[in-house]
Amino acid sequence: MTVAIIRFGGSNCDRDTLRALSHLGIDAEIVWHEDGLPEDPSGIVLPGGFSYGDYLRAGAMAARAPIMEDVRGAADDGTPILGICNGAQIGSEGGLTPGAFTTNRSARFQCEPVFLRVENADTPWTAAFDVGDVIEVPIAHGEGRFEIDADGLSTLQENDRILFRYCDADGEISEAANPNGSTDSVAGVLGTDAHVAVMMPHPERATLPDIGGTDGAPVLEGFR
Amino acid sequence: MTAYTATVTVRLKRGVLDPEAETTRNALERLGFELEGLRSADRFEVDLEADDAEAAAERATEMAERLLANPTIHDYEVEVAEA
Repeated sequence: MTVAIIRFGGSNCDRDTLRALSHLGIDAEIVWHEDGLPEDPSGIVLPGGFSYGDYLRAGAMAARAPIMEDVRGAADDGTPILGICNGAQIGSEGGLTPGAFTTNRSARFQCEPVFLRVENADTPWTAAFDVGDVIEVPIAHGEGRFEIDADGLSTLQENDRILFRYCDADGEISEAANPNGSTDSVAGVLGTDAHVAVMMPHPERATLPDIGGTDGAPVLEGFR
Repeated sequence: MTAYTATVTVRLKRGVLDPEAETTRNALERLGFELEGLRSADRFEVDLEADDAEAAAERATEMAERLLANPTIHDYEVEVAEA
């Protein structure tokens, strides 16, 4: 049983994710999108990067690749799926999760460490945490501002589908601690089931001890 | 079949923050222009062959629905003219 990390043209966090999962002892392989999903993957990662140059909208092209039909099918069958950064944009564009990720409030690319507050600990991605726990992981995106209308946000809140929110080191939510202007400071959301999640911050960049913190490792442990 | 050009205009819904438009507005003001607001939009001109204008509009609308616009944040409009 292997986690499939789907590589699109312009993915560039696929190898980082492979290395992070391997470090955790989780079997994973990179899969070129045109080759299709392997049979019965134990999980699927939509990795970060700049698939198709972010043309039209970040993630728009990759989200319409034929393999995404199979990814949606795997989501329905209960396969754990995590979209990270560009993968979050792809998942969102591809209908795996609600809302949209669009241009940062700053109109700039931002690469910096952020704090996240766990909003739902009853998921594979946050099983090691309690609600309210704070982790530090990096972001690296120009189009990470989560947008959803008021009804959509209410639905997310009522169904407990917000996974992470941006916060300060003490776990306080504020506009000052919201790096990109995301609606309700949302940094990660769940699909209709908790085994499907997308998040703009990079847990795979906070897994290997040599490159800083390891706060992202428990998120990737969701594939175990 | 007739040749048409369908123009699809995709813009952010009212109320959705548009940081690029804000930045552009600021630059115009730095150049000394006075303005009350600025919105940006993407325009796609699609050349296609169709039986009639209605069929051309229908196809262009489907293009907007399935790819050119993201309904979460965008409104769009379609105009068709003979090429």
